[in-house]
Amino acid sequence: MARKPLDYEELNENVKKVRYAVRGELYLRASELQKEGKKIIFTNVGNPHALGQKPLTFGRQVVALCQAPFLLDDPHVGLMFPADAIARAKHYLAMTPGGLGAYSDSRGIPGIRKEVADFIHKRDGYPTDPELIYLTDGASKGVMQILNTIIRNERDGILVPVPQYPLYSASIALYGGSLVPYYLEEEANWSLDFVNIRQTVAEARSKGITVRAMVIINPGNPTGQCLSEANIKEVLQFCYYENLVLLADEVYQQNIFQDERPFMSSRKVMFDMGPPLSRELQLVSFHTVSKGNWGECGQRGGYFEMTNLPPKTVDEIYKVASISLSPNVPGQIFMGVMINPPKPGDVSYPKFTAESKYVHESLRRRARMMTDGFNSCRNVVCNFTEGAMYSFPQIRLPPRAIEAAKRAGKAPDVFYCLKLLEATGISTVPGSGFGQKEGVFHLRTTILPAEEDFPAIMSSFKKFNDSFMEQYEGYSRM
Amino acid sequence: MAPAASVAVENLNPKVLKCEYAVRGEIAIHAQRLQQQLQTQPGSLPFDQILFCNIGNPQSLGQQPVTFFREVLALCDHPCLLEKEETKSLFSADAISRAKQILATIPGRATGAYSHSQGIEGLRDAIAAGITSRDGFPANADDIFITDGASPGVHMMMQLLIRNEKDGILCPIPQYPLYSASIALHGGALVPYYLDEKTGWGLEISDLKKQLEDARSKGIDVRALVVINPGNPTGQVLAEDNQYDIVKFCKNEGLVLLADEVYQENIYADNKKFNSFKKIARSMGYGEDDLPLVSFQSVSKGYYGECGKRGGYMEITGFSAPVREQIYKVASVNLCSNITGQILASLVMNPPKVGDESYASYKAEKDAILQSLARRAKALEDAFNKLEGISCNKAEGAMYLFPQIHLPQKAIEAAKAAKKAPDAFYALRLLESTGIVVVSGSGFGQVPGTWHIRCTILPQEDKIPAVITRFKAFHEVFMAEYRD
Repeated sequence: MARKPLDYEELNENVKKVRYAVRGELYLRASELQKEGKKIIFTNVGNPHALGQKPLTFGRQVVALCQAPFLLDDPHVGLMFPADAIARAKHYLAMTPGGLGAYSDSRGIPGIRKEVADFIHKRDGYPTDPELIYLTDGASKGVMQILNTIIRNERDGILVPVPQYPLYSASIALYGGSLVPYYLEEEANWSLDFVNIRQTVAEARSKGITVRAMVIINPGNPTGQCLSEANIKEVLQFCYYENLVLLADEVYQQNIFQDERPFMSSRKVMFDMGPPLSRELQLVSFHTVSKGNWGECGQRGGYFEMTNLPPKTVDEIYKVASISLSPNVPGQIFMGVMINPPKPGDVSYPKFTAESKYVHESLRRRARMMTDGFNSCRNVVCNFTEGAMYSFPQIRLPPRAIEAAKRAGKAPDVFYCLKLLEATGISTVPGSGFGQKEGVFHLRTTILPAEEDFPAIMSSFKKFNDSFMEQYEGYSRM
Repeated sequence: MAPAASVAVENLNPKVLKCEYAVRGEIAIHAQRLQQQLQTQPGSLPFDQILFCNIGNPQSLGQQPVTFFREVLALCDHPCLLEKEETKSLFSADAISRAKQILATIPGRATGAYSHSQGIEGLRDAIAAGITSRDGFPANADDIFITDGASPGVHMMMQLLIRNEKDGILCPIPQYPLYSASIALHGGALVPYYLDEKTGWGLEISDLKKQLEDARSKGIDVRALVVINPGNPTGQVLAEDNQYDIVKFCKNEGLVLLADEVYQENIYADNKKFNSFKKIARSMGYGEDDLPLVSFQSVSKGYYGECGKRGGYMEITGFSAPVREQIYKVASVNLCSNITGQILASLVMNPPKVGDESYASYKAEKDAILQSLARRAKALEDAFNKLEGISCNKAEGAMYLFPQIHLPQKAIEAAKAAKKAPDAFYALRLLESTGIVVVSGSGFGQVPGTWHIRCTILPQEDKIPAVITRFKAFHEVFMAEYRD
């Protein structure tokens, strides 16, 4: 009889090409082991609440009140909720005639987009247009939408950093485009090398690829580096002269763990540089409620901001957004509260500040602990986590380990990570999931496990690693 | 030197340029402009309010949410409430215990964490139990993918099925334009099959077969059949016999059946009942491996109408393990759907039962909403049928009426001169005279030479007489102007 349309052979090839290691082989194996009763520490994804980080109270209070507006009518509500949370819930409910239960404007509730615009203005010192800010179900949906708008066919190339967060490689594969990799320099703190970037672009062009866009992730994922102002300027100038749209993934802008390079948005640097570049360079900037001190991954809240895109292009993006009707409303409210948090004088301000500070300072300490912990291990070299939520240590695998991996039919870093998982329960993502230079191996872990568990985790890792190295490096018997 | 803009309409993805979605298209955008005009210049238009009847968005027009659902969601949003004494006096006891039960299924009680990419397992168990109870045939949590509304699930299936422009998907005409838009976005071919307006939008297998063979003769590889039951925009509820024939047809022709069942709780015809396609297939003896079937459900419709939460699921049966892995992989790139929507999907499929503290008030709310919808459907249907040149089929289900407007030749010519489709011309004039926003039939597809509009039945019941009066007044003026 006829082959079935959903037989594996009959699927869209682009779907088959997609790889997303963050929830790939290691994660699936870890889940199996967990089901068998083994204690697993999931450090494969930037998912703070899953590792015990508490939600910031104010946001939850506001959304709960919006969710059940009957509470606002109750005379006891002031006993259960602070006055500013009550006021803020009323403020958001007033913006949306159907409350949380109605589709909003496909671009997001106008009042919240205005709050986002005010936040950007305050952060950067330059005004922006709420009409060009679209709220999305998480930043990922926005990234996918923009890439789908740009990519016409396999000859359209997108410059993506290596290592990168594999949403980019997966989306480019899904939409049938070409990933044009530019390598970050591990020995120079994961900085951009424009000689290399220009070479990469020239090579791609010689193969008939039209390079359309450049992605930067700042702070970086998995690498954590925070770009300097000079670096961002170079990126902007490069995109301007090469006629590329800049896609600035800035979801970790609130996770900064050093003082030398505070976060600077690409938009701010662009406007500092002035015209003609600031009037012509096309830029899309992404942000989320999933990271920062909030870590509200499960809400799926995010936005993208468009600068210098032609109105007709914006119309097309709006059209596609409208097919999905609207982003989820609770996620939109989380976005509002995140970028417009309690201020000095507000009842909730002290608690909010204390909670946020606690998270931030703990992350900062953990970034340092993890980096130092990895650097104390045999054959492991780890750049400091300047920002974001990850550590990306280089594991210098001995030749005999690489051979053992080959015999087991696994990539060397996958082999190492599986052994690490089975020995310690620590579930990481092998560096190959993010891209790395040929013959150089890494793993990505998060800095998110509870601070009190850190010493045990790092010591468990060291024990495994050092004995692994002993096993495969050993001492010559000759 | 000023380089040409990198991203301009001339060099965008052509599939993006091609797709269309009339529900929030030109007329809706114009309505938004007019709404702003009413705010800045009150009294400048012949009406004082825009009435959005273009979109199935019940709570934006005053429908109230189901209290029990909101109680549970609020407690899950802010679990600290469960530790407060006052909570017992503000929330019903069964809402409190349901919230506790749900939180216990969420690892670490962390409602802010990314979940399993198919959705939290405990919630999928609840959904599977709800499906089993509804159909009398077992459902499996592993077959369920919870998504941000039903729409992302539809997109995922189109992405999987469509390899190139020669892959075709059979779609009903008229259809909800998510399907035509998604097919265009993924570069496939829409193969239309026409519902028969004269027989209450009946589905003829002979027409299905004809369209399928036509498409194949043109070199189209037809991969799937979309059925919307109850229908959108047409509202018809399929008869069981019809459903048997459809299942047989898919089986014989090797098609994936994509069953959009989001209006399963919106049935107004006493002689009609919702039967899921899964139930029909199983009752015909088709097992797990016999028929690839994807069933879509949503929290946006029914009597709950929670559009803004973006909750829904697809139940996938009859697919091989390697294919399921691919579906899982695509779902994992987006990590997971929003947790509130996931919780709501489990509540919708597992509402309060007889004996629960909240059952009486839940049942009262549900019945009131559904009975009101049925009354509004009838009132609007009758009103449309009284107007000159308008014939309107009964809305057996869903949330819409899709009257046919027999436009006089003069009107059609005026539309042509204004460079608009005749029904869009009519809809625009309706908007500008009355503030009522509908979607023109061309947004859904219709037999060529016929014209329709889709109007929701969602304005609150006390507004319906005014809607009818305004519509009638407009229509009479329009016909007077353009009558042959």
